[in-house]
Amino acid sequence: MNKFTTALSAGVVALMPLASFAEDSSDPIVIPIHNWSSQIVMSHVVGQIFESMGNNVEFVTTDSQAVYESVRLGDVTLELEVWEGAFGASFRAALEKGGLHDAGDHDAVTREDWWYPMWTKDACPGLPSWEALNDCAAVFATAETGDKGRYLDGPVDWLKHGQERVEALGMDFVVVNAGSAAALWAEIGAAEADKKPVVVFNWTPNFAEAVWPGEFVEFPEWVDGCDKDPKVGPNPDALYDCGNPAKGYLKKAAWDGMKDKWPAAYDVLTKISFTNPQIAEMAKFVDVDEMEPEEAAAEWLEQNPEVWQGWTGS
Amino acid sequence: MADAAEVLASEAKIGGISRTLGAQILVGIAVVLTILHYVGLLPEALFRLPETMVPPFAVWLDVIFNFVKDDLGLLALTRFLTEGLQWLLDVTANLLFGKRRWPNIGPIPWTAVAAVAGVIGYHLGGWRMAFLGAGTFIWTALIGQWKIAMETMSVLVVAAPLAFFIGLGLGILAWKKPWFNRAIKPVLSVLQTLPFFTYLLPAVIFFKVGPTAGAVATTIYAIPPMILMTTLGLQKVSPEVVEAGNMSGCTKWQLLRHVYLPSARTEILVGVNQVIMLCLAMVVLTAFIGMPGLGAKLLAMMGSFKLGRSFEIGVTIVLLAVMLDRMSKAWVVKQPEHFEKGTPWWKRNQTLVLAVGAFVFFLLVSKVIPEAQTLGRKQNFSQGKELDNLIKGFLNIDIVKATTGFLRAFVNVQILIPFRNFLLSIPTPAFILLVTAFALYLGGRKQAIYALIFFCLVALSGWWDRSVITLYSVISAVAIAMLIGLPLGIWAARTEKWSKRILLVCDTAQTFPSFVYLIPAIMLFGITDIAVIFSILIFAMVPLTRYTIEGLRTVPLEMTEAADMAGATRMQKLMKVQLPLALPTMAVGFNQAIMFAFFMVIIAAFIGTQDLGQELQRTLAGTDLGKNFVLGICVSLMALTFDLTILKWSSDRKQALGLGD
Repeated sequence: MNKFTTALSAGVVALMPLASFAEDSSDPIVIPIHNWSSQIVMSHVVGQIFESMGNNVEFVTTDSQAVYESVRLGDVTLELEVWEGAFGASFRAALEKGGLHDAGDHDAVTREDWWYPMWTKDACPGLPSWEALNDCAAVFATAETGDKGRYLDGPVDWLKHGQERVEALGMDFVVVNAGSAAALWAEIGAAEADKKPVVVFNWTPNFAEAVWPGEFVEFPEWVDGCDKDPKVGPNPDALYDCGNPAKGYLKKAAWDGMKDKWPAAYDVLTKISFTNPQIAEMAKFVDVDEMEPEEAAAEWLEQNPEVWQGWTGS
Repeated sequence: MADAAEVLASEAKIGGISRTLGAQILVGIAVVLTILHYVGLLPEALFRLPETMVPPFAVWLDVIFNFVKDDLGLLALTRFLTEGLQWLLDVTANLLFGKRRWPNIGPIPWTAVAAVAGVIGYHLGGWRMAFLGAGTFIWTALIGQWKIAMETMSVLVVAAPLAFFIGLGLGILAWKKPWFNRAIKPVLSVLQTLPFFTYLLPAVIFFKVGPTAGAVATTIYAIPPMILMTTLGLQKVSPEVVEAGNMSGCTKWQLLRHVYLPSARTEILVGVNQVIMLCLAMVVLTAFIGMPGLGAKLLAMMGSFKLGRSFEIGVTIVLLAVMLDRMSKAWVVKQPEHFEKGTPWWKRNQTLVLAVGAFVFFLLVSKVIPEAQTLGRKQNFSQGKELDNLIKGFLNIDIVKATTGFLRAFVNVQILIPFRNFLLSIPTPAFILLVTAFALYLGGRKQAIYALIFFCLVALSGWWDRSVITLYSVISAVAIAMLIGLPLGIWAARTEKWSKRILLVCDTAQTFPSFVYLIPAIMLFGITDIAVIFSILIFAMVPLTRYTIEGLRTVPLEMTEAADMAGATRMQKLMKVQLPLALPTMAVGFNQAIMFAFFMVIIAAFIGTQDLGQELQRTLAGTDLGKNFVLGICVSLMALTFDLTILKWSSDRKQALGLGD
């Protein structure tokens, strides 16, 4: 019957246990996966590294905000992509309640801000400056917004403060909130056909860069306190009159119990650090080359042994 | 038709005032209040309930939840149950897709599963069903979705039987003990109208994120119809059969097992069918709380804008649903076979023998030919990219663009947005009175009182504006659905052939995961109210069309013949005879359309809305159980108001027309 069990996936077979760490528990390390490709592939990459060390690994699909509560309770062992902008708040809230901790940063930096696909530049050549964007606001007008331009912000629960920025900087834009990331892509995808100019909320690293080349709008540079002290930033009377930090962190988080239960795996986790191009490559395997996440992870590990073998010390 | 309405209305007088008059008075007061508000004479407190008067329901509920959860130890109990459930799920997961858990013998080869499905299909409904059964699984394997489909099935094969047994047990209890029946009826009504997001959060908190929470949420969602059908079936068992059972000296248990349950077989199997369909409806939604499989993959595909691949997953879900639906329906119709004494066992259990034979055969084949065991993604026939281009190409046709551009500029800006602003401008008390008047006119005094209480509670919840926006989407979508769905149903009902075709389309539209067409809706209309209403519309049209067809096709033949003999034109026959007689059935469809719309409006939060759905979606991220519950109850209360009123009207009409129930 061994045939059945080994047929689990090609990737796992390729990386059958190399060495066993006696001290790690044989219980499975539970790794959460969310609904964007880079995170799914990265989780499988790390999972396969753990498996190569002789650990058992299991993946569970979860909501990317609710996951911190699960890490805290130990239902899920770790989280590989904690974005400063998107999940910072949920992460800090869970951190305060206790049960999980910061397991170090990736090299990669994250950025989230107003963004436009390249074709938009034809209609509004002054970009990426925000003043130029505001001057061509009429280009972004739709049936519902009248003369004003339309800016599509992320879902309200992402708390992106698009509305506040429009007011603080006196921009001629109406802010509309999308309900999900998929809704944002649908808008860009619909605009792509006839190269309609659009400005939407977007972030990096993600798959969209590979599909639609584009740029972030350059707002007044982020200064600490821009979200707390009205005096900071160009408008002395308003908050959120700056762009978002251009170099946000990308962290790993771990359940407090992980260190004792799987010391070897925990040690590797703290060393793991991916760069922006590495993350983009992982996403590309799935989004452009149409691989399954497990295959993409195996492929990536095969192509980049020098990167990860340093972490495991093998 | 008008006569009947008058008869009904005059029959039900309230203290000398007819229902019509009562409703008119209420509407009058509401209009006065609204006008007062427009001219600026209405005090602010009467326009909207002041914030300070809103009781902190969410906080109270949180306190109660925390007490039950921690102090009474419910969490410890459910976590204990989770262990057992986890074990069960591990077993099915091992068998179906080879998760490394006890008994470590899976995964079962796809060819074996397909073969067994074919044999069962043949047993239940001949070659067509065999083709459907085997074909569904072959499609799934060839398209490269075998593993994810089995991940989904591994949870469903636990959740569906669980829902069946719990539902059957509670149904029997409700039939035995009238007090229990009375107690459980309102609970079931609420459960059936509660938005699914409200099921998900408690499931996560009490049963751990992952397949266990998915299984629990699915089970709870699927139980209510099973209870109702069981009770219904048992109540219908004729006394003669019971008498016969008693005379042959049955014990109580034997009576239940060998007399009641077999006699109620049809209803119970209809319940089984419902359980299966509801389980499949939850496949995508439970992905939010860690259910692996088709739903999770679908969400991931949508997250990276892969329309074609998500469409294919949608097709798989529809195929699975249609297959299980047709098979369970065939099982309802199929009468138990009886054999003469002395028939050899293999003849009696022919299907079983065949199924086991096919299973073992393919198990052995798969040992020799690896493709019969598993098909990797690389050997599949997925047309994801081609479909992507097809969909994008369609959306880029000039006529399509011109039409949607017009709809967006005209319907959205000129009709929908003003309508929404108008609804929001009505003072809260006036709005409540309007709804009460509606319930009074159609339902009666009891329904009016319910409507009043329910909407007052919604106002007290502090989510009034969002509730009104939710209601606005529902009303607009159902109104447009009627404009399209009713003529379609009337037209299709004229011939048997088209009735069948349209009903198949209805089945497909109902089981196709709604998430998949949210994306094209956005691409067509942008993130606007129109996209939201469009996506609700598709869902709401299904019951309207279905019940119109069924209502018209079940009009007694004598009636239409009488109309023909009286020399009625086709139009006269339709307007004066068929439609009035079909109206009660159509009202049931209308009611379901509203329920479906309430269901879908919450999902539409993924497009981008400002209603209750958006807030509910937000609570999913946290642990805000109290708020989650308050929002869910708001949706439920509004839906129940319509449910109670319209169903009452429908049954009144049926009685008045002498159609029976």
